[in-house]
Amino acid sequence: MSSARLSNISSTQNCIKVYVQRDYSQGTLVRFQTHLPDELIDKLELSAFQYTVNQLNNFFEEAESTSCKTYCQGCCACLTAYLMFICVESHYEKVLKKVARFVTEQNEKIYAPRGLLLVNPAERGLRVIEILIINQPVISRA
Amino acid sequence: MSHATKKWEVFPGRNKFCFDGKIIMGPDVTIFYINIFLIVGTTLLFIIFECPYLTVKVSPFIPVITLLLFIFVMSTLLKTSFTDPGIIPRATADEALYTEKQIKITACGDVSADRPPPRTKEIFIRGQSVKLKYCFTCKIFRPPRASHCSLCDNCVDHFDHHCPWVGNCVGRRNYRYFYLFTVALSFYIAFVFICTCIHLYFLSENRVVVEAVKDSPASVIVLLVTFFSCWSVFGLAVFHTYLAASNQTTNEDIKGSFSNKRGGSSRNPYTSGNGCSNCCYVLCGPFSPSLIDREGFITPDLVEKNIINERQPTKMNTSTYVSSNTATVHYPWNGMKSYPVMNQSQKMQSSVIPGQQFNKQIFIEKSSPTSLDDGNLYSKRRPVMYEKVDEQTEQNSKLFQKKNQLEIDISKLDLDLDDIETPSSFVDNKNTLCLEPLSASKLKLLHDTTMIESALDLDSLEESTSSVGANSHAGLIKNKHMI
Repeated sequence: MSSARLSNISSTQNCIKVYVQRDYSQGTLVRFQTHLPDELIDKLELSAFQYTVNQLNNFFEEAESTSCKTYCQGCCACLTAYLMFICVESHYEKVLKKVARFVTEQNEKIYAPRGLLLVNPAERGLRVIEILIINQPVISRA
Repeated sequence: MSHATKKWEVFPGRNKFCFDGKIIMGPDVTIFYINIFLIVGTTLLFIIFECPYLTVKVSPFIPVITLLLFIFVMSTLLKTSFTDPGIIPRATADEALYTEKQIKITACGDVSADRPPPRTKEIFIRGQSVKLKYCFTCKIFRPPRASHCSLCDNCVDHFDHHCPWVGNCVGRRNYRYFYLFTVALSFYIAFVFICTCIHLYFLSENRVVVEAVKDSPASVIVLLVTFFSCWSVFGLAVFHTYLAASNQTTNEDIKGSFSNKRGGSSRNPYTSGNGCSNCCYVLCGPFSPSLIDREGFITPDLVEKNIINERQPTKMNTSTYVSSNTATVHYPWNGMKSYPVMNQSQKMQSSVIPGQQFNKQIFIEKSSPTSLDDGNLYSKRRPVMYEKVDEQTEQNSKLFQKKNQLEIDISKLDLDLDDIETPSSFVDNKNTLCLEPLSASKLKLLHDTTMIESALDLDSLEESTSSVGANSHAGLIKNKHMI
């Protein structure tokens, strides 16, 4: 294991983590709350945060909406006894890739300069958006 | 390390994985094999003994239809069994801590703060109030419609039920396959039953039925299997058509979540209102991705974050329970007297006692692992583990003593008495990860029995075993009592 990797781990280990919870008010579709957590108030502008969350919400809405395309895909998959997905990517997976790209881009543009790190919600089971406050280590308990 | 560990190998819960994590199943698949045997066996009998006759006498399409239906039934069945039903990954240690804090904050706002904070969260879905329950195993507030499967020991999104016939949970990701399976199977059974009846009818023309049966005994077997299975399968297909049309899960239907009987108007907030569109959503809706990254590799930071710690009790219990069982260790600083090896939380209790007190033998009550059972069928497996433990105890204690002899040489040089961590160090040598889950389950036990967690910050105690915390009082009192 390289030492660079180790230092990276230790840097993300002891830092404050803030979690943005899911918003279930519109049903069980994946949506996150746009309320800025208290820990981030002095670190991040509300508008920037809301832009990120709203964009993510839009992505997931796109993934879970039932358009003609998704119905067609569902029917085709059913007719091929679901063997189609061995070679074709599902609509949802495509959107998840978009989400991953978006998260990286947001990290580069907005979060990293402010000492924050946005974690792809897919890595946390789409339950929460994890935001790490990197430059503020947790005071270790004695 | 020659082999990179993948996440499925250490995945918490009792799901089984095959083919390098590509296939995920429930813990017990015996009935699933019986199911396959019934379907394949009946189909073989039908194709060998019925089809040749029917192809000539009735239609050449019969074997074609049989084959198509059979392929569809089998593919939906295998798809249901081998797909991740929508397991919700457990919270990381940090997230669990954060949730815990949030619970405390909400509890502080409450006037009756002397009671433990409620482990439920009320949310509104389209104006309908829904209570989210906290899952003590997964350390999350279960999303609406999710439920913890006691057999697989994991939270499953859109949990329908755990079906032994398909050997897996039925949830968000495989409900459509399951539904198609029940519908396709009922058509298949009806088709085979009718065809067999026609065959027997033709055979028994101008003679007694008994003679026809003698001519084709396989028909009787096929007839019996299809006749007895059709009722349950038809019932299931109709029931699930109703559920799909009303956008409910079996779980919700059984609990009567949306019935008006329990007072108040608890309508179903998830339905689109139209039975047809609900069905379409089930059958052709988006394919939600698996949230557990089964084939991902374990990176050291995951180990650090304790994402994987929960799996350890299932894989490494032997060594865990040896430590809490009968193995004895000779402490170098007190004249080779033997003491029971304590598990981690017991160490926590005794860690504050000065070294001299160890001169009297301390018997700390061995906590029975079955009492850790939180009602989700852990106890079923425990006895098996114990057998293994007993077999290995002797070996292990020898090993412990051997290691301890090495330990003595070092201790002759160093008489620092506060080195109470020593016993753990060679338990740790065997397996570094094994202590972590035990303490987690211990904490759960503590919480379940005493609700102590609400009053004390046990997480910090867990980390700092040598600090004089509130828990040490418990240890002192206990020891006093024993002495």
